[in-house]
Amino acid sequence: MRRVTKVYPGGHVGLENVSLRVDRGEFVFLVGPTGCGKTTLIKTLIRELEPTEGEVLVAGRDISTLSSSKIPQLRRRIGTVFQDYKLLPSRTVYDNVAYALQVIGASRSEIRTKVPDALRLVGLADKVKSFPDQLSGGEQQRLSVARAFVNHPPLLLADEPTGNLDPNTSIGIMQVLYRINRTGTTVVVVSHDREMVDKMRRRVIALDSGRVVRDQAAGTYTPDDESTREFAMRLREEMGVDDEEPRY
Amino acid sequence: MGRFFFFIREGLRALRRSALPSLTAILTVCLTVLMLGVLIPVLQTTNNKTNEVRNQVGLRVFLNDTDPQGNPLPDGGIGGQQAPPAQVQALKVRLEAIPHVKAVAFVSKEQALGILSDRLKAENRQDITAQLPGAHNPLPASFNVTPDDLSNLSSIRAAITPPGANGQPAPLSPLISGIGDSRDDAAKITGATTAVRWILGVISALLLIASLLLVGNTIRLSIYARRREVEVMRLVGATNWFIRWPFMVEGLVCGLVGAAVAIGFLFLGKQVIVDPLANNFKLLSSGHSIGFASLALVLLCVAMGVSALGSGLTLRRFLRV
Repeated sequence: MRRVTKVYPGGHVGLENVSLRVDRGEFVFLVGPTGCGKTTLIKTLIRELEPTEGEVLVAGRDISTLSSSKIPQLRRRIGTVFQDYKLLPSRTVYDNVAYALQVIGASRSEIRTKVPDALRLVGLADKVKSFPDQLSGGEQQRLSVARAFVNHPPLLLADEPTGNLDPNTSIGIMQVLYRINRTGTTVVVVSHDREMVDKMRRRVIALDSGRVVRDQAAGTYTPDDESTREFAMRLREEMGVDDEEPRY
Repeated sequence: MGRFFFFIREGLRALRRSALPSLTAILTVCLTVLMLGVLIPVLQTTNNKTNEVRNQVGLRVFLNDTDPQGNPLPDGGIGGQQAPPAQVQALKVRLEAIPHVKAVAFVSKEQALGILSDRLKAENRQDITAQLPGAHNPLPASFNVTPDDLSNLSSIRAAITPPGANGQPAPLSPLISGIGDSRDDAAKITGATTAVRWILGVISALLLIASLLLVGNTIRLSIYARRREVEVMRLVGATNWFIRWPFMVEGLVCGLVGAAVAIGFLFLGKQVIVDPLANNFKLLSSGHSIGFASLALVLLCVAMGVSALGSGLTLRRFLRV
């Protein structure tokens, strides 16, 4: 992002002169108090919002110049986990994930293999026939992650993926994101869960009133070869959560 | 091809999942088609009758009787015999050559008497014709001249009686004794039928607009209830048409089912109510109105088209994410 400013119609400043760069394969946290512009930043990345000034480059391409017919192409290459999940209420768990593949014109056989894979990754393999309103908050969140990741996008954005969830479930979600990151996907996570962010020991970008106020690694970087299981165990230990493996 | 079936499956799935709004849309289409199905034939029959009345107005060109040699008796001379067929035919050809004349029909003295007798018989006054002495027929032969349009009546009249040497209108043949027309009646009929036509036109237009708005609005409501879903589809990278097709399939099915049900009711109504009455009422049986099959087909296509387009257009508002 280069000198991005977003001013809302009412005059409220969402982002002010934000410049930052996230490299391929990075795991980045975006933190800050409510209303600091985290969600605005995510929305500008998928062109749900257009910046008032500045450039947003995704994979080297300025997305503010995209014509509206090209926006779907952009969104297919970015998996997004929304704060409010944004699931399709009239579709089953399976169909919600399958929809992300259907929009890119995937074949039936491709859908039949990829959807169960994604659901297994987030631990929802036994809920394929449920509808979103039959799932708990954590399960809906994980479904949202599965949908975002099912077509293996190079970039995954997660807006408050652990908001309103208990620590154990949060760790489960983080574990999934960590696993996805290890497949080479760039992951950007918006969070205000300070403790969790610190324990993850990844790059943290802090926003306040629409400005970047901090951009540094939190604590020491853990070695990249930490396995997902080790990662979860360490997190549980450091956060004082019962060392109880979730079923997935 | 896979896409095609996908969109159909998606549309049908949406119909099942949102049963109540779909049912409302189907009901709206059904009622609208029912209303149009009843009113279109009624309006059409009325219009046909109006035209029929207009077509009946014409000029009557009365002919002089002739003496046995075939010379016209002067002054509307009645009491001779009918002009020889050759003369009648020649005059008919001349009348037909006049611009704006649509048809010329010859009514012989005998036919005229027949018409009069029938009319009197209908009024139970056949005693009047019975009083005619022997073979004597006082009625003149005549031509019924029908104009192509009512407004051309006076120009035809002028052509039959062009100004003579003295500047006064004179008939173009000595055989013609006079022209009878009901100029006042013609004017009244023209006025009345024009008014009827206008009223019919306005009613049809209003009805059509009301139907379109009604169907469009119902579809709009059912889509409005699912606008969040559309937004989500956009955010996971669906193109506008990818979202739109299932909705259009849905609209198409609503239109199809609604119209089919309405046509079923119309058919029932036709069989049970209209057809039995048609034997008794001439107005209903006037065979010019649109056939049931073509009416059904038109209504079906219009209902499906309007519903599908309505869905597609309404969606546009929610696709701007």
